[in-house]
Amino acid sequence: MLIRKPSDLRYSDVTPKNLYFNRRQFLAAGSAALGALASAFSASAETKLNGIAKSQYSTSEMPTPHEAVISYNNFYEFGTGKDEPIKLAKNFKTNPWTVSLEGEVMKPKTLDLDAVMKLAPLEERIYRHRCVEGWSFVIPWVGFPLSALLKQVEPTSKAKFVAFQTYYDPKQMLSSRQAHIQFPYVEGLRLDEAMHPLTLLSVGLYGETLPPQSGAPFRLTVPWKYGFKSIKSIVKVTFVEKQPPTTWNMEWSQAYGFYSNVNPEVDHPTHSQANEIRLGVGNFGQRIKTQKFNGYGDQVASLYSGMDLHKNY
Amino acid sequence: MTKKFWLSRWTRALVFLLCLIPLGNLIWRFEHQQLTANPIEFITHRTGDWTLRFLLITLTITPLRTIINQPQVIRFRRMLGLYAFFYGSLHLATWVYLDKNFDVQDMLADVMKRRFITIGMFGLLTMLPLAITSTAGWVRRLGYNRWQVLHRTIYVTALAGVIHYYWGVKSDIRLPLLYSGILAVLLAWRIAIALRASPAVTAQRTSTRSTHPLRPPADARE
Repeated sequence: MLIRKPSDLRYSDVTPKNLYFNRRQFLAAGSAALGALASAFSASAETKLNGIAKSQYSTSEMPTPHEAVISYNNFYEFGTGKDEPIKLAKNFKTNPWTVSLEGEVMKPKTLDLDAVMKLAPLEERIYRHRCVEGWSFVIPWVGFPLSALLKQVEPTSKAKFVAFQTYYDPKQMLSSRQAHIQFPYVEGLRLDEAMHPLTLLSVGLYGETLPPQSGAPFRLTVPWKYGFKSIKSIVKVTFVEKQPPTTWNMEWSQAYGFYSNVNPEVDHPTHSQANEIRLGVGNFGQRIKTQKFNGYGDQVASLYSGMDLHKNY
Repeated sequence: MTKKFWLSRWTRALVFLLCLIPLGNLIWRFEHQQLTANPIEFITHRTGDWTLRFLLITLTITPLRTIINQPQVIRFRRMLGLYAFFYGSLHLATWVYLDKNFDVQDMLADVMKRRFITIGMFGLLTMLPLAITSTAGWVRRLGYNRWQVLHRTIYVTALAGVIHYYWGVKSDIRLPLLYSGILAVLLAWRIAIALRASPAVTAQRTSTRSTHPLRPPADARE
């Protein structure tokens, strides 16, 4: 397998310090005049993560400012507008937390948050994040390969796919009727995709634990697929024999395929996927060409050799 | 007294300025970096929202003047319609300049291939002749009856607008349905009036002071 040129850069090297530290000044200022926005930030309970190793898989591209990453989210359980999750998920309790691993496995298990955090050493992975809506971020994730979690339960030979489920509590989240998608949110990967070294179980970003709107306490990060595949706030992982149902695919299958690999050659019904707006650059973002597999083709294209990607979109 | 209020130059200036608030808000947000992480999307949605809102407000004027029995409010209809055109033009300009960066081929492909863009573009184009012929000179040139028939195109514009919105959203169709509902009520009101009044209309065509709610009395026209 070809590996992209390793990069020794971390976000602290490539993000101008003033951008990254702005948020803290902002917090320190914390004046009443800043109103709702300030309270949204100061209420956050993110803690610093220690002992994070660099990764050869990180891109050297400029990470998107932290404020943009945590204030512009698709998390329909907490509102269908992208500015809503930061407000509506503010009081989402993500500790204590458990995730159950079940299905075609030798040793089904339920792990709590502490156990998950100890599964593997934390790494920083600066990945491109491409949303199916045509915008992109560059995010310094913190996490470890999902394979470290999956190996815990010893999948049987029948396990061909892995299904994931997001926490759902109608008392603190939107109803399916309000959000117009079915809850709980479910996603899935083929087992080889799930075991791929690029596939991350993310527990943080920008050196801190994930804020609730970004999928706390842990979420998938599958950088070569459209963002909606990277399911948030995971409570259940099931190993299955057949391709599992996935939320957006059930909603509109012509627009959202099971694979949903980033692919400029396959249009979405309402827009082209040929290019994207890299947010956080300049006043209005920067329009750039979208790369096949979001630029991770060297590592992942072999997973799909012989497959018609126009059919298996 | 109320008639004086509606006909006042100051009321007119006030309405004119109120209609500029959405644009002012966008400019303020730009200056203060409050256009969210995705400014192009934000501006596109805001200008689109206000195009549709001004179309619906414009279509509310005729029922309103009958319901509150203030024929003078018709004075604002042209201005409101032109504001719909104004925000529609900003919506288009955002797409052409900020989003597509004048890439003609890309834009043509979008118009041909994507039904929500096709119908949105169609809706905007239907506003153009209405904006051009909105002056008193054009009313005279066309004659009021022909002018009025032409300006009924706004029903098509508004329909195209709500369909464009409905087709464009990802899954949450609450707002497109709300706007469609309001439009349905506004159109149903006109159909009801037309059905009730149709035999009488022909009889009254020659009368200078029409009692037909869709035909303003001559002195209230601009």
